[in-house]
Amino acid sequence: MLGTGLLQGLAVTAKNFVGSFHDPKRFVTTQYPEERTKLPEAYRNFPFLVSESADDPMGTLRCVACQICEKECPPQCIYIEKSADKKPDANGKLQIYPAVFDIDISVCMSCQICVEVCPFDAIEMDQVFELAATNRFGGLLLDRHALAKPNSYFHGIHPTEAADVDARLSAARRAAEEKARASAAAKSAPKPAPAAPAQSPAAPSAEAPRAAPPAA
Amino acid sequence: MSQAATTNASFLERAPVLLRDWLTGSLPGPARWLANALIAIVAILAVFGLLFAFLTLAERKILGRVQNRPGPNRTGWFGLLQPFADGIKMLTKEDIVPRSADPFLHFLAPVALLGFSILTFAVIPYGRYLAPVELNAAVLYFFAAGSGAELAVFMAGWASHNKYSLLAAMRALAQLISYELPLLLSFVPVALATGTLSTTGIVAAQAGWRWNLIPHWFVFTPWGAAAFAIFMVSALAESNRSPFDLPEAESELIAGHLTEYSGFKYALFFMAEYFGICALSGMAVTLFLGGWQAPLPALSFIPSYVWFAAKLLALLLGFIWIRATLPRLRIDQLTRLAWKFLVPLALVNLGTAAFWSLTLGWAGPLQLVRWALALGLVAVPALLLGRGLSAGIGPRTYRYA
Repeated sequence: MLGTGLLQGLAVTAKNFVGSFHDPKRFVTTQYPEERTKLPEAYRNFPFLVSESADDPMGTLRCVACQICEKECPPQCIYIEKSADKKPDANGKLQIYPAVFDIDISVCMSCQICVEVCPFDAIEMDQVFELAATNRFGGLLLDRHALAKPNSYFHGIHPTEAADVDARLSAARRAAEEKARASAAAKSAPKPAPAAPAQSPAAPSAEAPRAAPPAA
Repeated sequence: MSQAATTNASFLERAPVLLRDWLTGSLPGPARWLANALIAIVAILAVFGLLFAFLTLAERKILGRVQNRPGPNRTGWFGLLQPFADGIKMLTKEDIVPRSADPFLHFLAPVALLGFSILTFAVIPYGRYLAPVELNAAVLYFFAAGSGAELAVFMAGWASHNKYSLLAAMRALAQLISYELPLLLSFVPVALATGTLSTTGIVAAQAGWRWNLIPHWFVFTPWGAAAFAIFMVSALAESNRSPFDLPEAESELIAGHLTEYSGFKYALFFMAEYFGICALSGMAVTLFLGGWQAPLPALSFIPSYVWFAAKLLALLLGFIWIRATLPRLRIDQLTRLAWKFLVPLALVNLGTAAFWSLTLGWAGPLQLVRWALALGLVAVPALLLGRGLSAGIGPRTYRYA
């Protein structure tokens, strides 16, 4: 029939109009600043630094300033300066820490290579996308204070990955403890000379940071 | 019936006139006439200005809902302040006149367009006592004032000195002239049936109800329904509305004759477009939908201007619904539809109306014959013409690689 196509079209638009009032499947708009949809777990954009505790993020950074990520970063958006001194990490071991850790997110291309190469699981991908700044240089250059986020936050955004990382880290820690216990037992068993304890206070602390990376 | 209603009209019905008389009653003769005219002008501008503002909002909200999104909802409650925000934006925007444009014509075009479209509001009877100007040849005046818009549109296209504007202006001219004809021809049967060109006379001719149920509106006669359909299609084209918005086809012509307009001048064009839609819808209500008459005798207690507003809003929402649905036509399809389909049908419809008024006296079973014949006179040519024109065009089949 002539004109039935027009009527069918009008029916479709009318159905959409009425449907948008009662059918949430049709009306999918989220009123963004007030309402937010939960981001999918796989969503990732820029890196952040994992710290063990939320109370003292600078003191418990996992990063030991090994600078592998800085060297691997394709657009070279990471800048690290090692500390002169050492601080105890979460396990109480003395470690170098990053005195400066900057990521220029205007350069970062979100490739995640820094995360892949980090032997300490100290850098992970974040989900924060509201990074607009009024200053395109300083505003987009995130320093270590802005980058540090606790492990609990990591669990919140990427639960599966965070659980994997935690399992790996605790396994490594357990292995290191067993090794340390074994070596301590080996040292204590023969008791070769009385002069040995005089040397020992310096030796373990100096060797520990160097020994830790292979263990982890 | 209408005589009886006039004498014992309710207070609400007479309220606008009483208010006006209270305001101007103490003035001497000529000053009073002038003041009354000014009050009518101010009232029309205020009412239709606000209607324009909220119509743009309603259009955006409805189009949004049709596309399953909420539409503007940030400015004020449900976005109700959006039109005013838009207005402030338009007013504060820079008014750019191209260096090669004719500055005087460039300025005159939007003013003329708005002027012509406001002129058409003068003769529409908004209520029983609310006809701003009562003319013998009101409908003639309406179409004459309305067709001035074509001049203004071409003026805009020519003055802009821009190829898109000029092409769009040519298109607009072709379109407006093509659709002027079916628009006028669809009105002729009404003049034939009522014997008058006065809008108040036409509304009065549609008073009363058959069996106290079906109003004597022309849209409920076979020729009236056909003429109403032709009138509405032509009105869509006359007001540059989708699916006939070719002069502003942004995919081909940027913004058509509005390309070189910005700020307040652009707002004037926009306003004129909506005023044109309102005026044509108001005329359609007057000619075919019984003007301010109530649809049922039991509902006559509601003031006449409320009924007029309700019918007008219904037609305007129909315009928006059509805009939300139909895609744009091509220029050849557009002129083809006017000259090969609407004009012949409007001419045939004249014959139908003549038959209808000649057989007014038929009663009893002859009534059925009269209805069948008239319906056949409307439907058969439409079907034959439609079939003939769409032969060979047919629905397109898509073949995928």
